[in-house]
Amino acid sequence: MKRFPLHIALGFWAIVTAFPLLWAVTSSVKSDTEILSSPWTVPERPRWENFGRAWNEASIGQYFLNSVIVVGGALFLTMLLGGIAAYTLARYRFPGNRFVYYLFVTSQFFPTFLALVPLFFTVEQMGLLGTKLGLILVYATFATPFTIFFLHAFFRTLPSAIAEAAFIDGCTHWGVFFRVMLPMARPGLVSVAIFNFLGLWNQYLLPLVLNPDPENYVLAQGLAALSTSQGYQSDWSGLFAGLTIAMLPVLLAYVCFQRYIQAGATAGAVK
Amino acid sequence: MSVLTRPVERAAAPAPPAPSQRRRLNRGYGFVIGALAPALVLHLIFIVSPYAQAFYLSLTDWNGVAGKANFVGFDNFARLAGDSLFLDAIKNNLLLLLLMPAATIGIGLFLATMIQRGGANGRSGVKGARFYEIVFFFPQMLSVAIVAVLWGFAYNPNNGLINGVLRAIGLDGLARSWLAEPGLALFAVMAVMIWSGVGFYMVLFSAAIDAIPKEIFEAALIDGSTGWTTFRRITLPLLRDNVQVAFVYLGMVALDAFALVQIMTVGPGGPDGSTEVMGLSLYRTAFEYGKFGYASAMGVALFFGTLVFALVALRGNKNRTELA
Repeated sequence: MKRFPLHIALGFWAIVTAFPLLWAVTSSVKSDTEILSSPWTVPERPRWENFGRAWNEASIGQYFLNSVIVVGGALFLTMLLGGIAAYTLARYRFPGNRFVYYLFVTSQFFPTFLALVPLFFTVEQMGLLGTKLGLILVYATFATPFTIFFLHAFFRTLPSAIAEAAFIDGCTHWGVFFRVMLPMARPGLVSVAIFNFLGLWNQYLLPLVLNPDPENYVLAQGLAALSTSQGYQSDWSGLFAGLTIAMLPVLLAYVCFQRYIQAGATAGAVK
Repeated sequence: MSVLTRPVERAAAPAPPAPSQRRRLNRGYGFVIGALAPALVLHLIFIVSPYAQAFYLSLTDWNGVAGKANFVGFDNFARLAGDSLFLDAIKNNLLLLLLMPAATIGIGLFLATMIQRGGANGRSGVKGARFYEIVFFFPQMLSVAIVAVLWGFAYNPNNGLINGVLRAIGLDGLARSWLAEPGLALFAVMAVMIWSGVGFYMVLFSAAIDAIPKEIFEAALIDGSTGWTTFRRITLPLLRDNVQVAFVYLGMVALDAFALVQIMTVGPGGPDGSTEVMGLSLYRTAFEYGKFGYASAMGVALFFGTLVFALVALRGNKNRTELA
């Protein structure tokens, strides 16, 4: 009984956190009239058709697919390029090693806003404005410094005996990386991949500037555009359904893999 | 993202390769070049070059026409000092910086302490700790644009969640147009930032408290220390570094705030510039007005603001070997 006030405090914040999410999910199966007249009661009957409307007519399905392609491509690219660069910087001695490492790592200090204008023109001049390839390249490049920073420390802690043995057995440098070091680095790779996934899925500023074509909108961008565009304001239930489509898969994945995901998400702040 | 490069670097000393291996590795220059080149080329094109150009552009009056950038020295910066909307933006970012990190860290620390030390007799974690942690972390899983859309709805004066709840519990008088009143709008945005940030820092602090040796808390308990004293004299000093890191990260968020303001607020940035932030000014100046030189000057100002904040927040930590 003594713990009761404590559970009130914790329970209060749990409600503050979860209630808006539940409210959005509930609203997604209501009719527009119900949303307008009684914003926080349960619907008379669930209207699943809202989801179909959001997915097709409001193009949420297209945006979702775009996000998956862009984030997936960028994640693969940053893990590959960042991973191999981190490995090289961590375990090979060559002139300029430190310089290259700091060239990558210090860029994390700079706010993205500072690069925004020249970045826009760079991407435009390369003919990549509004293309998925352009977005993938920029996403991957912006995620790489942290990937290198994190995996650099990780590769240093790995024992070198196995790599040495592989070299003696005639393995090439590439072979040692892909067959020996990469598998050994799996825990670090998983953490940084989760961290990068969340960061890239979260992107809003970069696609807003570099991806102006509505057909190519990523999910966050498309949803924001829908909610601010006057034309769609009347379809509240469709918007809530779109919001739910954007939220639920990520939340469900989180509940299933929460330990990994918490570890990955906090990778930037705890070592 | 991380600003902790140097100290961590020093802590994780490299294992020197064995002589035989070193000989072999030194011969791998071809591999080194092949392995670094792709990442390095992309880095130079999309990061180093844009940042370098931004500093130059901030000294020009460029408006997007190729070859027509006139060097104007520090004129853009002089104009910024008299740009009342940009000064509003600085003021709003500073207000966010002053209040938001402190509130987020305060609530996060409180919840983490409750979860870790709140069990019966103050020794162990509270019942259901895992459940609370999972729920508190939810907002961290949502992208900031989605959070903004969600809260834009929740703040809707007619059919939003907040006013709906207030009316349902009979507090009709407190219902407001949260994002339309100049005195309230920025605080409404700030509340969303706190809402979405607390869970992450709670988990971070919770892990840090968990890592403190239990004997220390035992000893304090035996010496008759109350919960509050234990927190102030033991937990807080031992979490100093974590709190500092949290403060730096949250400060960066407070100096940004772009996505929330751009999606949620009227205008955006309104009403009456009351939610204007530096990033929004920059975005509008560049991509709506086409004043790219002037916008770059805003970017440079934002950069130096962030830099000064990070240096101030991390001061006094020079002699420490480990930060996080």
